[in-house]
Amino acid sequence: MAAASAIKAIHQTMLRAAQPARFVELSGMLIPWVAALGAAMFVAGLVDGLALSPPDYQQGETVRIMYMHVPAAWMGLFVYALVAGLGGLGLVGGHPLAFAAARAAAPLGAMFTAVCLITGSLWGKPMWGAWWVWDARLTSMLLLLFLYFGHIALSRAFDDPRRGDKAAAVLGLVGCVNLPIVKFSVDWWNTLHQPASVMKLGGPAIDPSMLWPLLLMAAAFKLIFFALWLVRTRTEVVGARLRAAASRSRMEGER
Amino acid sequence: MNAFVAVLRRDLLLALRDGAGTWTVLGFFAIAVAVFPLGVGPEPQVLARIAPGVLWAMALLAALLSLETLFEADYRDGSLEPLLSGALAPELLVLAKALAHWLATGLPLAIAAPVLGIFLNLPTEAMPVLLASLLLGTPVLSLLGAVGAALALGARRATVLLAVMVLPLSAPVLIFGAGAVESAQTGLAATPSLLILGSVALVALAVCPVAAAAALRQAVE
Repeated sequence: MAAASAIKAIHQTMLRAAQPARFVELSGMLIPWVAALGAAMFVAGLVDGLALSPPDYQQGETVRIMYMHVPAAWMGLFVYALVAGLGGLGLVGGHPLAFAAARAAAPLGAMFTAVCLITGSLWGKPMWGAWWVWDARLTSMLLLLFLYFGHIALSRAFDDPRRGDKAAAVLGLVGCVNLPIVKFSVDWWNTLHQPASVMKLGGPAIDPSMLWPLLLMAAAFKLIFFALWLVRTRTEVVGARLRAAASRSRMEGER
Repeated sequence: MNAFVAVLRRDLLLALRDGAGTWTVLGFFAIAVAVFPLGVGPEPQVLARIAPGVLWAMALLAALLSLETLFEADYRDGSLEPLLSGALAPELLVLAKALAHWLATGLPLAIAAPVLGIFLNLPTEAMPVLLASLLLGTPVLSLLGAVGAALALGARRATVLLAVMVLPLSAPVLIFGAGAVESAQTGLAATPSLLILGSVALVALAVCPVAAAAALRQAVE
């Protein structure tokens, strides 16, 4: 009973925070702190990853690309799941803030996916001798980027933005089939890309001296995303209110 | 069930009376395949090596070409709305229209593919697998295409949008379809790829009508 009422209370609080006016106020307070914390962790992670952590016994100094590449890949997948989830939430609950948040998050996810592909390419040249190979991990990650493109294009393709939001939400949910393929591609197929060494059964197979800067960077990426996402969602919400106010004043002018 | 057959018959009749649809798609398929020998040169070994991928990729593009019209005419003349609120559940309506689309485009593409395979010097042993893989794969393209076409209804630049949406989603079909033909060509067993293709088709059959129906409801809202 207590748990149920606690969940209800949390739900109520979230709903209140999701009211557009309240959201603009809350996010305005949050953004500087999240951004500052993210920037600090980013600097700390970079210093730790690029200077303090040891080079790899096989890959040498190039292993340091990992501290950008892996967090970006995680974010690419995480943000897609988030966009799909928000879209689903919007379709079921019809809350406009969910759609605004999804529209704000999708280009950020595409950016992280692109960073992952570019850093991976820079890493692939010295290690594999090729900028690009068509193995399952790389291909499924490229498809993820294309799914982001489809989502972004569809959500902006209609005169009525609500229709674009809903259509993009459906596409986002359908595209979710790609997420497990990306994650498990290194296990299902014999890929040139190495298998998972952090999130796997039996604990991470990576030395703490490398795991720490990696986790630091992962946390920094998440915070930076969160800050940018709040800014973009806020802009969407404020923009929608401005447009509503403009059309109201136009109607009053005509009368 | 009667309503399902009625929609299927109506769409097939429209496709037959129009006629141009099927022949345009087949014509595009033949010309697009014929472009490759012109581009890469006429060496039989090279052509045979790329034949499975070329045939599959061009069949995919040809199927894509015909998708825009799937719901467009009904949407424009207003008959989509009564169809959606009629006796037939929207999911079954999608299924009927996708089936009609497949019969009018996917099936002819699959039948035409072995003939074009001869052009590309594809060995005769691989022909049955080519046919089987296309018979399993083209329904998925029609189903995925139904989702894409429903989502793009009324959008600006719908044609390009449709390609951006449907092509990434159809990647598994292309990979395992062309993979099956390639295994048959090199003397390996094609059954694993065909089985995966079949399972992809079953998943698409379960998921796509629901997604497309949701998109159609949004379109007429």
